[in-house]
Amino acid sequence: MTLVLSEKMDAFLSELDVPSNDIQSNVIERVKGMDFPTTRDEYWKYTRVGKISNTKFTNTSTTSADIDVQSHLISDNYIIIENGKIRSDISQINNDFEVNYTSATAVNHLVNLNDNDVFTALNAGLFDQAITIKIAANQTIEKPLQLVFLSTGERVMANNRILIDSGKSSAAALVVSTISQGANSCFNNTITEVNVAENAHLTIHKIQNESASNLSISTEQVKQAKNSTFKINTFTLTGLLIRNNINIAVAGENCETYMNGAIVSSGKQHVDNHTYVDHQVPNCYSNENYKYVMDDHSNGVFNGRVIVQKDAQVINAYQNNGNILLSDNASINSKPELEIYADDVKCSHGSTTGQLDESALFYLQTRGISLANAKKLLVSAFIGEVIRSTENEAVTQLIERLLQTEYGWDFS
Amino acid sequence: MSKVLLDIKNLHAEIEDEGKAILKGLNLTVKAGEIHAVMGPNGAGKSTLASVVAGKDGYEVTDGSVNMDGIDLLDLDPDERAKEGLFLAFQYPIEIPGVSNINFLRTAINEIRDYRKDEPMSAKEFMALVREKSKLVELDSKLASRSVNEGFSGGEKKRNEIFQMAMLDPKVAFLDETDSGLDIDALRVVAAGVNKLKSENNAVIIITHYQRLLDYIIPDFVHVLADGKIVKTGDKSLALELEEKGYDWLTEEKTV
Ligand SMILES: Nc1ncnc2c1ncn2[C@@H]1O[C@H](COP(=O)(O)OP(=O)(O)OP(=O)(O)O)[C@@H](O)[C@H]1O
Ligand SMILES: [Mg+2]
Repeated sequence: MTLVLSEKMDAFLSELDVPSNDIQSNVIERVKGMDFPTTRDEYWKYTRVGKISNTKFTNTSTTSADIDVQSHLISDNYIIIENGKIRSDISQINNDFEVNYTSATAVNHLVNLNDNDVFTALNAGLFDQAITIKIAANQTIEKPLQLVFLSTGERVMANNRILIDSGKSSAAALVVSTISQGANSCFNNTITEVNVAENAHLTIHKIQNESASNLSISTEQVKQAKNSTFKINTFTLTGLLIRNNINIAVAGENCETYMNGAIVSSGKQHVDNHTYVDHQVPNCYSNENYKYVMDDHSNGVFNGRVIVQKDAQVINAYQNNGNILLSDNASINSKPELEIYADDVKCSHGSTTGQLDESALFYLQTRGISLANAKKLLVSAFIGEVIRSTENEAVTQLIERLLQTEYGWDFS
Repeated sequence: MSKVLLDIKNLHAEIEDEGKAILKGLNLTVKAGEIHAVMGPNGAGKSTLASVVAGKDGYEVTDGSVNMDGIDLLDLDPDERAKEGLFLAFQYPIEIPGVSNINFLRTAINEIRDYRKDEPMSAKEFMALVREKSKLVELDSKLASRSVNEGFSGGEKKRNEIFQMAMLDPKVAFLDETDSGLDIDALRVVAAGVNKLKSENNAVIIITHYQRLLDYIIPDFVHVLADGKIVKTGDKSLALELEEKGYDWLTEEKTV
């Protein structure tokens, strides 16, 4: 096979160091024949990646001495990853979860994952160490493990790879915080593979609070075995370009799947959530609720895809996307994609986009509340529903605190 | 002689989008310690009067003035009017899902206090006030902590309006058809609440269609608002007369 080399990709790779092993150099050789997606690709129709593809990122290892992530921590069991490099020196992990760091040579399936996606391939070719997390069978872990992905410096690309294996009949939660400290135009490219075994309960809380110039693409590839419950809550507060892909294959019967999202955007932020639930087998339930509050010139994309395969009978799949535009210049593209090939199926989807209710604003004002505070009350009420649905008081409080810091919204 | 709390002079207002005049030279003077009733046919402009005084968007004041205790209200935002002591009990109270009654009242009270350069109210003080005032209108304490008016019955919404009035202790309160939708017992309770809130230092303007309410809250003046103006003013016996004769004799008299 001859590779047609892309000049654009060459330029993109020019300042990136490829780990010195055959597996990853081969991947990068293959990447050189790939191109970045354009808005002609259906999957990227509303999201331009020019801010990523036109930037020459670096990934050389520099570590900061004065890291302070305390205000983001909600667990005493945490791993800090700075610019894609695991900082064992400042992490603190106990034995609740079985955590290992593995190099690419040991993660043998990595190049097969969604082969044609350029960001997946870049991640495979460039990541330093994968974080593998195991939850032992029959174990219920009270305190979540927190992963803190920290960006520092300028134009740094971080390739993060996470593998989560929750054992049979286990129950646990992870908090994944993506944050910045003095970062400028850094790019987080994160891939998380999740296996939810029989009868296991796993929850992932993603909290995206990066610098205003940061870029982020993250993908969760999830597989659920029978009788399992998987929940993923995504909270996006800041960051210039955020693209989240959640792909869930429900491969066992009697599963429950929950996806919630609360997105608050301002400035020129662009936040794109693509979710995909593949109901392969009968008797499952999935529920999705994403809410966006968009101000200024910010832009949102919601694409919720649900497939109910031919013999997957008795599926209940619900989807809701609600959006509030606080400014005339904000916009949202919302697209449900329901593909149903079975007949005994209950699917519903709702999408609403609007402004804040004028009559409610006036009502609050007549009680002495300023227009600005009245708006805050209504916005908090709108996304508060999602924020309170975490079933984890510490996570809810953290998000409320971050929203207070970033936007001055009071939820008390 | 008690001082004038609300002085509306030659008020003209129209619907902004349509240019349709609703208030056409309305005059109303209310002094401290007084209760005024405003009656009049459907569509006369009673709610519009309350909305314009409260500062609702969508109306343009083309002439006249509204003065409350020496302050020109028309220059102020709706929340500033409330902070100066104006209150409006809505004919149709708005439901606000997700915003709790208690939280929004605490926000309101502390914003008002801040505006008046007073110390914020402590949580303890606030809860004591909630208990006291919800008792006043016999509002179920569960309702006090639910989302604003969400799922409230018609009568509960009206009680909640008076509860909020009690919490905010306004100088001038417009009660827009607070009696409609109330059963006989609730009417008595709400009327008793209003009477207790009434003092020598405040004033209440009651918009109503029914003389019945005025048996419980005795007005000092009864006005008839028709076609955007006050066309007749009398004492409480005018309400009885209206109950008997309707409004035709007044509007006809005017066209003669
Ligand atoms: N925002 C608006 N847009 C269009 N028309 C309006 C608006 N507000 C009021 N009006 C019109 O103005 C007139 C007066 O309405 P208003 O609600 O003030 O009457 P009212 O005296 O309170 O009547 P009711 O006794 O039925 O409550 C009506 O014809 C009404 O349709
Ligand atoms: Mg009315």
